[in-house]
Amino acid sequence: MRFSLFNLVRQGLAGNRGWPRQWRDPAPKPAYDVIIIGAGGHGLATAYYLAREFGIRDVAVLEKGWLGGGNTGRNTTVIRSNYLWEESQKLYEHALRLWEGLAAELNYNLMFSQRGVMMLAHSAHDVQIGRRHVHANRLGGIDNEWLSPEEAKAFCPPLNISRDIRYPVLGAALQRRGGVARHDAVAWGYARAADRLGVDIIQNCAVTGIRRDAAGAVTGVETARGFIGARKIGIVAAGHSSVVAAMAGLRLPLESFPLQALVSEPVKPFMPCVVMSNTIHAYVSQSDKGELVIGGGTDQYPSYSQQGGLHVTRHTIEAICELFPATRRLRMLRNWGGIVDCTPDRSPIIGPTPVPGLYLNCGWGTGGFKATPGSGHVFAATMARGEPHPFAAPFSLERFATGRLIDEAAAAAVAH
Amino acid sequence: MLLIRCPFCRMERPELEFRHAGAAHRLRPADPAAVSDRDWGEFLHDRDNIRGITAERWHHVHGCGRFFNALRDTVSDVFLATYEPGAPRPDVPGAGQ
Ligand SMILES: Cc1cc2nc3c(=O)[nH]c(=O)nc-3n(C[C@H](O)[C@H](O)[C@H](O)COP(=O)(O)OP(=O)(O)OC[C@H]3O[C@@H](n4cnc5c(N)ncnc54)[C@H](O)[C@@H]3O)c2cc1C
Ligand SMILES: [Zn+2]
Repeated sequence: MRFSLFNLVRQGLAGNRGWPRQWRDPAPKPAYDVIIIGAGGHGLATAYYLAREFGIRDVAVLEKGWLGGGNTGRNTTVIRSNYLWEESQKLYEHALRLWEGLAAELNYNLMFSQRGVMMLAHSAHDVQIGRRHVHANRLGGIDNEWLSPEEAKAFCPPLNISRDIRYPVLGAALQRRGGVARHDAVAWGYARAADRLGVDIIQNCAVTGIRRDAAGAVTGVETARGFIGARKIGIVAAGHSSVVAAMAGLRLPLESFPLQALVSEPVKPFMPCVVMSNTIHAYVSQSDKGELVIGGGTDQYPSYSQQGGLHVTRHTIEAICELFPATRRLRMLRNWGGIVDCTPDRSPIIGPTPVPGLYLNCGWGTGGFKATPGSGHVFAATMARGEPHPFAAPFSLERFATGRLIDEAAAAAVAH
Repeated sequence: MLLIRCPFCRMERPELEFRHAGAAHRLRPADPAAVSDRDWGEFLHDRDNIRGITAERWHHVHGCGRFFNALRDTVSDVFLATYEPGAPRPDVPGAGQ
């Protein structure tokens, strides 16, 4: 059923009992043209674009838990494209352009809100770096502007611009087209749209092995629900990418770290934009429910525990309280962690692997939510054509042998 | 916060005193110039990134200042052993390779 005002009224009058399920719950077929491992936003988007743009509809997305239950449903949803390097700018701007039309395309309310992302500078060094990013972005055709502390406060009134705090605000870079979206809705919207195009989304179906023929090419996957054949397999497993790739004998340039977030009790709207500080690891926005959504830096050690140390969130809260004194008496409601897969250069890996038929889309680390549509799109193109999409090509696994790294200092929440 | 036993100080101390320092038991190739680009790239960048028991280095940066090794379960974050660098990986029950 299409979502429309007419259907909303009709279903509302009928007590909202007539809404159908948004996607099927199919049993796995013996084989598919393409298998995607991982039903996070990236995996679901990949399946959607495979079916919609590249005519490959015999696709299964296999998920060990429930769809969107990984980092997609755990992240703080900051969306922006103001990255430093040309390669990254193309990729993240491609994603941002897709975001701008996505809710209409998927017929799903993603609550995409371009309220502006402001990145603070706290030292002379930060100011130089911030301005360099603004210039690099302008050359790349991406909106980003430099604000004085007073202009930053005008844009975000609760911001404390006193010179007498531990990390005074010396300026800020503002991307007005940046913002946030409802994370669950992104997974659900892609799932519903992909399902309608014939994609099978199979939950509670952990992949436990990757089978290969004598020549080394993939032939399918072992799963909790039996063997499923496919000649093309895409690993889109975020924090667990190393674990899944190891099933095909691959060792990746990845480390998985806990990254935590928390939300406050709901309050009236007072935070008009997204504010980020990469220097003191504090990221904040206010959800439409009124909760402050707060993210910090990663924990320091690799882990799959999906929880980190309280001292890490405490550090972030201290920074938030100093930057926004009005928040000092807010109570926090929930705190959780996700597992993020970090590459040495803080840029993702998208493309084929040395194993024939096996493709990788991982390494998005602390910042892949914003890239969801673009990542899915270029990865679908890469899998469909068997060669990297031009925007994906620089992000090959090969770069760790050639040394052509894309050292993305604009990535948040991790040290460089 | 983790509690970590420094094998030199012989004390459990809070994680804040320590810095994680990467995987343990890795040997830098003796003659890097003789190593192929691919092997060098692997040495620099590829990691086991184990889900389970892993051997890693820690630095007691705000304590005795020394590096040591540890076996930790990356699912529960429980430390099974800490030991001096250069010592072989201890044989802890339940801690296969
Ligand atoms: C606390 C936190 C805050 C963040 N904040 C931001 C932010 O503000 N902005 C931003 O851009 N990014 C942010 N990120 C990063 C972002 O969430 C990730 O980069 C992105 O969600 C990764 O997308 P995904 O779809 O691949 O991941 P996921 O949603 O994690 O999907 C991977 C899926 O693979 C499944 N899987 C794993 N192993 C198997 C297996 N063996 N078989 C089957 N399925 C398997 C998992 O269950 C999971 O559902 C944040 C992350 C965290 C944790
Ligand atoms: Zn010590």
